[in-house]
Amino acid sequence: MRVLMFGWEFPPHISGGLGTACYGLVKGMVHHNQEVIFVVPKLWGDEEPLADFVNASDVTIDYREKKFKSIWKNLTYLEVSSFLVPYLGPEEYQKFTDYAIHDRTDVDESIFTNKYQFSGKYGKNLMEEVSRYALTAAQIARDRKDFDIIHAHDWLSFPAGIAAKEISGKPLVAHVHATEYDRSGESVNPPVFEIEKAGMEAADHVVAVSQLTKNTIVRRYGIPEEKVSVLHNAVLDASIIKSKYEKKVPEKIVTFLGRITFQKGPEYFVEAAKKVLDRDENVRFVMAGSGDLLNRMIDRVAELRMGNKFHFTGFLKGDDVDHMYAISDVYVMPSVSEPFGIAPLEAVRHNTPTIISKQSGVAEVLQNAIKIDFWDVDAMADAIFALLHYQGISKMFKELGSEELKNLKWEHVAAKLVKIYEKTLAQQP
Amino acid sequence: MRTICFYFQVHQPYRLKPYRFFDIGDDHYYWDDFLNRNVMRRVAQKCYLPMNALLLELIEKHRGAFKVTFSFSGTFMDQLEAYAPDVLESFQRLVATGQVEVLSETYGHSLASLKSKEEFSRMVDQHRGKIQQLFNGYTPKVFRNTELIYSDKIGEMVYDMGYTGILTEGAKHVLGWKSPNFVYQNSIKPELKVLLKNFRLSDDIAFRFSNKTWSDYPLTVDKFINWINAIPKSEPVLNLFMDYETFGEHQWKETGIFEFMRALPQAVFSKTDFGFSTPSEVLEQVEAVSPIHVPIPISWADEERDLTAWLGNDLQDEAFDRLYELEKTVRKLDDPDLIRDWNYLQTSDHFYYMCTKFFSDGDIHSYFSPYDTPYDAFINYMNVLSDFVLRIKEKKKEVESVE
Repeated sequence: MRVLMFGWEFPPHISGGLGTACYGLVKGMVHHNQEVIFVVPKLWGDEEPLADFVNASDVTIDYREKKFKSIWKNLTYLEVSSFLVPYLGPEEYQKFTDYAIHDRTDVDESIFTNKYQFSGKYGKNLMEEVSRYALTAAQIARDRKDFDIIHAHDWLSFPAGIAAKEISGKPLVAHVHATEYDRSGESVNPPVFEIEKAGMEAADHVVAVSQLTKNTIVRRYGIPEEKVSVLHNAVLDASIIKSKYEKKVPEKIVTFLGRITFQKGPEYFVEAAKKVLDRDENVRFVMAGSGDLLNRMIDRVAELRMGNKFHFTGFLKGDDVDHMYAISDVYVMPSVSEPFGIAPLEAVRHNTPTIISKQSGVAEVLQNAIKIDFWDVDAMADAIFALLHYQGISKMFKELGSEELKNLKWEHVAAKLVKIYEKTLAQQP
Repeated sequence: MRTICFYFQVHQPYRLKPYRFFDIGDDHYYWDDFLNRNVMRRVAQKCYLPMNALLLELIEKHRGAFKVTFSFSGTFMDQLEAYAPDVLESFQRLVATGQVEVLSETYGHSLASLKSKEEFSRMVDQHRGKIQQLFNGYTPKVFRNTELIYSDKIGEMVYDMGYTGILTEGAKHVLGWKSPNFVYQNSIKPELKVLLKNFRLSDDIAFRFSNKTWSDYPLTVDKFINWINAIPKSEPVLNLFMDYETFGEHQWKETGIFEFMRALPQAVFSKTDFGFSTPSEVLEQVEAVSPIHVPIPISWADEERDLTAWLGNDLQDEAFDRLYELEKTVRKLDDPDLIRDWNYLQTSDHFYYMCTKFFSDGDIHSYFSPYDTPYDAFINYMNVLSDFVLRIKEKKKEVESVE
């Protein structure tokens, strides 16, 4: 089978988990001798040659194709009034919207004659890039007739998937790695929500990274349950990491590692830390990462008078992340809403016992971890205390956790995906 | 004859280097040598060396009529020895003229007076020893506390340590209708005399000198002489207390601050009935008028003249309490390395960096802070303190195993 796949990023040039998941999936597909045409807005040239890569920035669009103009017209509304970019000053925003409105009131011929240089990032032209990407996708679908099915990853490439389907008439699979509800809580960004919904509705089948995400898709986006399959993520490498780092403090270390934002539930970690420290002095808590709630967490730690046992590292990258995992005795992920959450699996690879919230997709696949409700601070404190003091349970987690990891392979995921493709194709009229 | 008392505070903290969580238990050196040395050398070139030269010139020119007073923090003196022996030598020359008084303070420029009498007096003793060592056996007689922090209780402790006078702020909320231009007494120990800073005239020089939005800008010697002459005849002493870094560092030399100071003494002699004295001389010459009641500590910082620049928010209080719970153990262990860091960690500046009063005095706070935010300051300080605690525990184990 040959798949035309639309992504937004691909390793090594990634800024989020989406690129890593795409990489794993493609690798799994290759293992099963499936062919993948992988399209990204911008190729850097140093990607691993797993797929037939198409660089959207290299595609020249043929303006004579009438259908393209109607696709473009349908997309133009996206850009105007998009508040996607958080740090745009009013002046800059004005310039940006002026340009968008001016440029979009009627269809400009030049749009269809030039190549478009995508940044492939999440910058202020994101909405424009998403629209242009769709147009490019239409051209690719017209040029390359040699594929059986279309697969689009997350909302950024949903318009591309829809356009490719319109041009080629081939079925579309929409893959949801995160929804706008996970990213923004209740205050969703309407244009993004609209694109997500349009993509899932236009798709012949929807793939969700967890049951949790499937529930969101069914409940919030009104997609029929039978149209959605759950396909959990896997790990690229399940081997246990032997780190060169050793702990330099005598106390046990309990770690939170991630963005310090509402979605990740840092405040519950702080409150649980207080409860543990009240009972046990020989623990240090570490909050590693950065985010808009960081200063509030520091204030709270000082207010609770545990500044000598609760530490902040700021944003960690590269080797420091490995270092942090390696010296941790317990890893906690108290996410309020996490479609999947790969970090606890990294912790398992470092032989670190983990506590994860039931509101995370990873809780559905990782059996040897303590699962708590993110808001249940008492349960979290209990679990931390238990993992620190009752050697039996943490020893068991270490042994079984790494065994479990070995079953989370992208080959298995890809095999399931192929089944989904086959079923989707079989349902075509 | 009435008199002007010039006192200059000379202080530099030991600033912490960026100290990460991963360093705890591993790296036991906390100080940013590069930054500390750079600051010292910069201020030496801009302020200490030229201003010392100017003061020496004025003292020699006026032959015993012009006098000034210094207080050197212990952290400053340690850094002088390490980074600026040339500056140390020029200070020694000034003190050797006999026209310069040196005050006592705490070695670590600490807030210990608010927490513990034992630690406070230990730090004062250590400081006195350092002054004697550097200035040819000189023994200070008058006291000034960190940031001019003063209360009735602190005055009592200072008296018990053998001092007859102390300097503090002429805070409005303490003085009320009273004038700072008299000598007052401690309300518990009347034998201890209290000299109050005239904050209006002091700050005209220290803060407003180059402020172009100030209605009295530019400040000329004539203008300042007029203000001095406007002081009622019954008020005998004018206390001009300020940071020494005012000259050339806070007020750059381009503002004319050095020229102002060069011309001021001569103008005072010829156009006013004032002379110059040091605090000890003032205490001998001027009778105290009445006790002054200061039940709640005051300081010379910010508009409020209270302690909120260093203590009061959660970050500061947490750091402060965590530090001082180590007090007894550190003193008991009496290890030179630990005592050194213990002194430097107590420096008030660390707590000043954690101040969140952005609104009224945020500008001056951010000017003095090496950190981007008070939160960064807190994180860094607590990481260092955590390592310090581990070292204390280690040392304690070591000592106990020998016993």
